Amino acid sequence: MSATADPVPAKERAWRRSAGRALNLLRRHTTAALFVLLVCFVGGIEMIVPGTVTPTWISNIVLFAAPLGILAAGQTLVMLSGGIDLSVASVATASAYLMATHSSLGGVACVLWGLSVGLGVGLINGIGVAVLQVQPLVMTLGTGLMTQGTLIVYSQKMLSNAPRVPSFIQSLGSGKVLGGIPIDLILWAPIALVVVIGLRRTGFGRLLYAVGDNREACQLSGVRVWQVLLTDYVLCGLLAAVAGLVIVGGTNAADMSLAEVYLLPSVAAVIIGGTSIFGGRGGYAGSIVGALILTVLNSLLTLLDAPEPIRQILYGTIILILAAAYTRLTD
Amino acid sequence: MTAADQTQSPLETGPRLRGLRRFVHHHPSLVTMPALLAVFLGVTVAIHPGYDSFDAQSLAMGAMPLAFAAAAQAVVLISGGIDLSVGSMIAVCNVLAATTMENATFGESLLFAAGICVVGALLGAVNGLVVVFSRVPDVVVTLTTGFIWGGVALLILERPGGGAPQEFIQLGAGFLVSPWISGSLVLVAAAVAIIWIPVQRGRLGLLLYAVGSDKASAFRSGVNVELTRFLAYVLGGLFSAVGGIGLVMTTGIGSPLAGVYYTLSGLAAAVLGGVSLTGGRGGIVGPVLAAYVLTLIPADLIFLNIDPNFGQVIQGTLIVLVVMGGGLVELLQRRKK
Repeated sequence: MSATADPVPAKERAWRRSAGRALNLLRRHTTAALFVLLVCFVGGIEMIVPGTVTPTWISNIVLFAAPLGILAAGQTLVMLSGGIDLSVASVATASAYLMATHSSLGGVACVLWGLSVGLGVGLINGIGVAVLQVQPLVMTLGTGLMTQGTLIVYSQKMLSNAPRVPSFIQSLGSGKVLGGIPIDLILWAPIALVVVIGLRRTGFGRLLYAVGDNREACQLSGVRVWQVLLTDYVLCGLLAAVAGLVIVGGTNAADMSLAEVYLLPSVAAVIIGGTSIFGGRGGYAGSIVGALILTVLNSLLTLLDAPEPIRQILYGTIILILAAAYTRLTD
Repeated sequence: MTAADQTQSPLETGPRLRGLRRFVHHHPSLVTMPALLAVFLGVTVAIHPGYDSFDAQSLAMGAMPLAFAAAAQAVVLISGGIDLSVGSMIAVCNVLAATTMENATFGESLLFAAGICVVGALLGAVNGLVVVFSRVPDVVVTLTTGFIWGGVALLILERPGGGAPQEFIQLGAGFLVSPWISGSLVLVAAAVAIIWIPVQRGRLGLLLYAVGSDKASAFRSGVNVELTRFLAYVLGGLFSAVGGIGLVMTTGIGSPLAGVYYTLSGLAAAVLGGVSLTGGRGGIVGPVLAAYVLTLIPADLIFLNIDPNFGQVIQGTLIVLVVMGGGLVELLQRRKK
């Protein structure tokens, strides 16, 4: 067939080729593509409501994204190994509440009380998933119910010990230093650095990918899979507990449904960030951008002043579209 | 084999016993769940000797929506999926029922109920379509659609309210023949019989189990995997709709925030009732019975004068122990080999 009989004109062919090249580029640099999307979102906000995007606004976005980012760090670690942790929201709430009721003991002690929740629930999750090979979804759902229930009982038994959020936690969750750097970023940045580098450069990080990719192959090549998974779930629990402390610092009130709203975003940020729920693929850098995108989206919906139900519907729909687009792109 | 059969056939007990053993082997939850329910009922009567038909009726009513949530989850789980939006679909159908029926007559209410079943099936269809076509993992899809349906429920009814005509509520709150056989018990049995038995006995049931146990093999045998998964979500939506209507009968109002409880407890009941999360195993009767067990726990705690808030702790612990126990048994079996 000669070139003149080609049904597709040369111009369109060239366009198609460049579009295909762009898609390939996106496939290879997914985190960069996400970042472009984030910038588009911010640009969209500036277009809809001119004058919104200021340094203060950006620092507020980072302030609100930090707890979600820390939760998503744990969720990323667990998803890379092929699991999921649905107990993170309950753990964060319980950690915040326990910290607040022990605030009279002093700074270090009350934080340790909060973190102990993460350690405990993480250990139970880890034993169930790693040793007894329970499906992570059911296991963490059960421990989530358990934690929530125990917390309700505990809160009624501890009426004398009213929860009080210490001032240093408050400044952690809502304060800024040096003309606009959120204090929780000072906590989030090192965590992010450790997780990103740890996943790429350490043996544990590589083992997480390996276990998520093929558990049996790891087992056969002599990896102690149960130790890897146990550590993984304990880390996730601890990170969720830390996130709980940051969240309660922002709201300044420890109530029973404090972190419930963070469950869906913690999973969504990781998925949008390109980590496969089946394990073995992805990384924390994507989840960070995912958390930022979700926070910007939330801020956009707040700016539009939509009533809560509409907000919920829009938020969910956009998450679904993003996740679907991402899955199409990478598959 | 044949000789043994011939020698035993006059007695007739051999094959029948073998059949029974095979039944237990294939449907373990149909034996363990009634046993567990009987134990819990026995304990209840032991600690509360005055247990009468009124208590039985309140148990049946309280468990009805959860029984449907468990059934909805079980269908989807059997097909190899999961539906974390069951509770929110129940909430949507519940508020729809409470708002449309508030000033309706009994006849109109029945019509609305039929319409709401269609709406529930449609919600399930959306779940199924998104799961099948977007290729996003079902956990993520239904977690998100659950969030969306929650918004829809709040949009229909901002705060708990609405209602239904007294005759309609009496369908669930009343009783049939004897006060021990409450209307809600009959409704659960009828819905399971009308929706599930034809499905399970028919072609679709076979396809559901086939796709649930191994998608690739099912596909190679010519099964339309995507259509089957889609239909499982539709059935899940239908059961959720019946659950939402049941919730109007038991509470008399619509509650837009009922969702979270029914998603988690419904999944818990399905797992307790012997449905495998990896798909292809289990039925609906087990989960439905498990719903009654899960509802009995807080009631027993009240009889024992213990804080009923412990109920959630015990429910969570029960799930964890059951699944951990299952894992332990498998671990020991593998060690033995």
